[in-house]
Amino acid sequence: MRAPPSTVRASKLVTNAVAVKSETASIAATKSGHELLLFEALREGLEEEMERDPRVCVLGEDVGHYGGSYKVTKGLAEKFGDLRVLDTPIAENSFTGMAVGAAMTGLRPIVEGMNMGFLLLAYNQISNNCGMLHYTSGGQFTIPVVIRGPGGVGRQLGAEHSQRLESYFQSVPGLQMVACSTPYNAKGLMKAAIRSENPVILCEHVLLYNLKERIPDEEYVCCLERAELVRPGKDVTILTYSRMRHHVLQAAKSLINKGYDPEIIDIISLKPFDLHTIGNSIKKTHKVLIVEECMRTGGIGASLRASIMDNFWDYLDAPIMCLSSQDVPTPYAGTLEEATVVQPPQIVKAIKQLCG
Amino acid sequence: MLFEDMVLGRSFEDMCAQMYYRGKMFGFVHLYNGQEAVSTGFIKYLKEGDYVCSTYRDHVHALSKGVSARAVMSELFGKATGVCRGQGGSMHMFSKEHGLLGGFAFIGEGIPVALGAAFKTKYEKEVLKNDKADAVTVAFFGDGTCNNGQFFECLNMAALWKLPIIFVVENNLWAIGMSHYRSTSDPEIWKKGPAFGMPGVHVDGMDVLKVREVALESIARARRGEGPTLVECETYRFRGHSLADPDELRKPAEKAHYAARDPIVALKNYLLEHKLADEAELKSIQKKIDDLVEDAVDFADASPLPPRSQLLENVFADPKGFGIGPDGKYRCEDPSFTAGTAQV
Repeated sequence: MRAPPSTVRASKLVTNAVAVKSETASIAATKSGHELLLFEALREGLEEEMERDPRVCVLGEDVGHYGGSYKVTKGLAEKFGDLRVLDTPIAENSFTGMAVGAAMTGLRPIVEGMNMGFLLLAYNQISNNCGMLHYTSGGQFTIPVVIRGPGGVGRQLGAEHSQRLESYFQSVPGLQMVACSTPYNAKGLMKAAIRSENPVILCEHVLLYNLKERIPDEEYVCCLERAELVRPGKDVTILTYSRMRHHVLQAAKSLINKGYDPEIIDIISLKPFDLHTIGNSIKKTHKVLIVEECMRTGGIGASLRASIMDNFWDYLDAPIMCLSSQDVPTPYAGTLEEATVVQPPQIVKAIKQLCG
Repeated sequence: MLFEDMVLGRSFEDMCAQMYYRGKMFGFVHLYNGQEAVSTGFIKYLKEGDYVCSTYRDHVHALSKGVSARAVMSELFGKATGVCRGQGGSMHMFSKEHGLLGGFAFIGEGIPVALGAAFKTKYEKEVLKNDKADAVTVAFFGDGTCNNGQFFECLNMAALWKLPIIFVVENNLWAIGMSHYRSTSDPEIWKKGPAFGMPGVHVDGMDVLKVREVALESIARARRGEGPTLVECETYRFRGHSLADPDELRKPAEKAHYAARDPIVALKNYLLEHKLADEAELKSIQKKIDDLVEDAVDFADASPLPPRSQLLENVFADPKGFGIGPDGKYRCEDPSFTAGTAQV
């Protein structure tokens, strides 16, 4: 892995401010590879898994003939047939339950919520059946479903299409949850989620679908419970996920120019937290800033803070700071929407406050 | 066979009531007394590999499907030898071996799961190209469920994709204290089938032979690939909704009317009348069942309670660790994985 340019805590301006790529990727070794957009990466992962295992199928609204409202399943229905890429009627609760029943009896379905918000209608099935049945049946049935869909605040999509629901699913016992943020981890997490025997919720973000990156040609699978070290550093640990990763990276540019050395970790796994990676970082930096898009009340950040305090209290030199989005339904107006989520200047300000 | 199965159902449920009042069984227990003809009439004509999906009134469905009385009784007592290791309870009976997909507490929740099993049959046949795939799924639920969105959504999807599923409505006229006629605009549930494009049949659920006739036809239909059927069985539960229900709203006249149509008595009379069995035979069946149920209670009594260490087992299915690493192997062989983040 390339070592990042070292920074001195005073005046030196660093041009290559943000070192990219985590140690999990063998990207540095791959000169070849191919460039694609995040939604294409998801599709590639999905297609590879469908080719590999005939039991893998997709179901959701407009996934088949329409190709998916974010084009994640484009072309798959033509390739695999209408039954493997099933266009469902608008009945989230029932088709999610159907996916659960199919998973119990041997298939490996992927449920696409056209928007994560629509999955609220399927909450009954997700909480009661997906999460619980493995336990309640005494371990007899496994539910290897993947529930995925775009969430998060977009560009003036209105309150109901801009929901941040990670925390709603977080508490459900028996569910595993991950959030992708780059084409590399999107493809890898999609593949890992499909191969996992657990019910996994894969949180995607509406605004990240057109992110471009070069990914390896060779097959790779990411690790569902492993956080990604985006930028090693020693002053402060910044924990983030999904779109906020990119806001943090943007803020990091100006922070590094000002002489700070943040360690940026994309937590990837929202449930369970990768306390191994996070803990190692905290033991090094002793300060934590969490930047999330979830609401402040009962959000992922709140949970993470509690976990960190439970496990790493002795290593902290300062209270854990957490920047979350506001506890409001996302407003339509652009200025208000911008103020709802955490923006890079706020992150810079928080780091200055935390590190002095 | 039919007689034996119905007697098993009745005796088991009576024993459940006794055990509950003796403090061996807890929580919400919903007994099936009076509805045996529906369970027996359908489930006994399924073959191995077929699926059944039920509700919280699932003890008898489990027994008819082949789960041993011992396993069900242990589950009710909350013992580790129960069919779900004591983790499910009365309302959540599951058996992978016997194709029993549950046991659901919320009404309507099991119907989509049943639909999924039927979808799997179609998938197996058409995508995995297994010609022998012909498993049929039977979903049981009550009259109250027929006003729930999931019911209608599933009728639509089942008819749309011609899935091999049979929707069996156990219309016992009461949803706890809510009369079917007070909650439903058109109380004839079988009519809702044709509205979605599937046949709707109404049958006398107190007569196991009539139920059998309908069952055989709808099962054959589904197996041939002709799609779903909606069967409304007019039946009645002799006891309250659950053992906690004082059952004050139902009129004695109604109860008496249905008590006179007790399916077990009806079948017994039929068998005796048509000389298909004699009193002695039927008595010996009753005795055999009584012994079986006693044995189940003894077994359950003697079984151990689940140890504390069982609490955090089976929360997650991936037993070895979370997820898969870049090399395709489990990243973390963490034996305490299934403990999640809890501390016990």
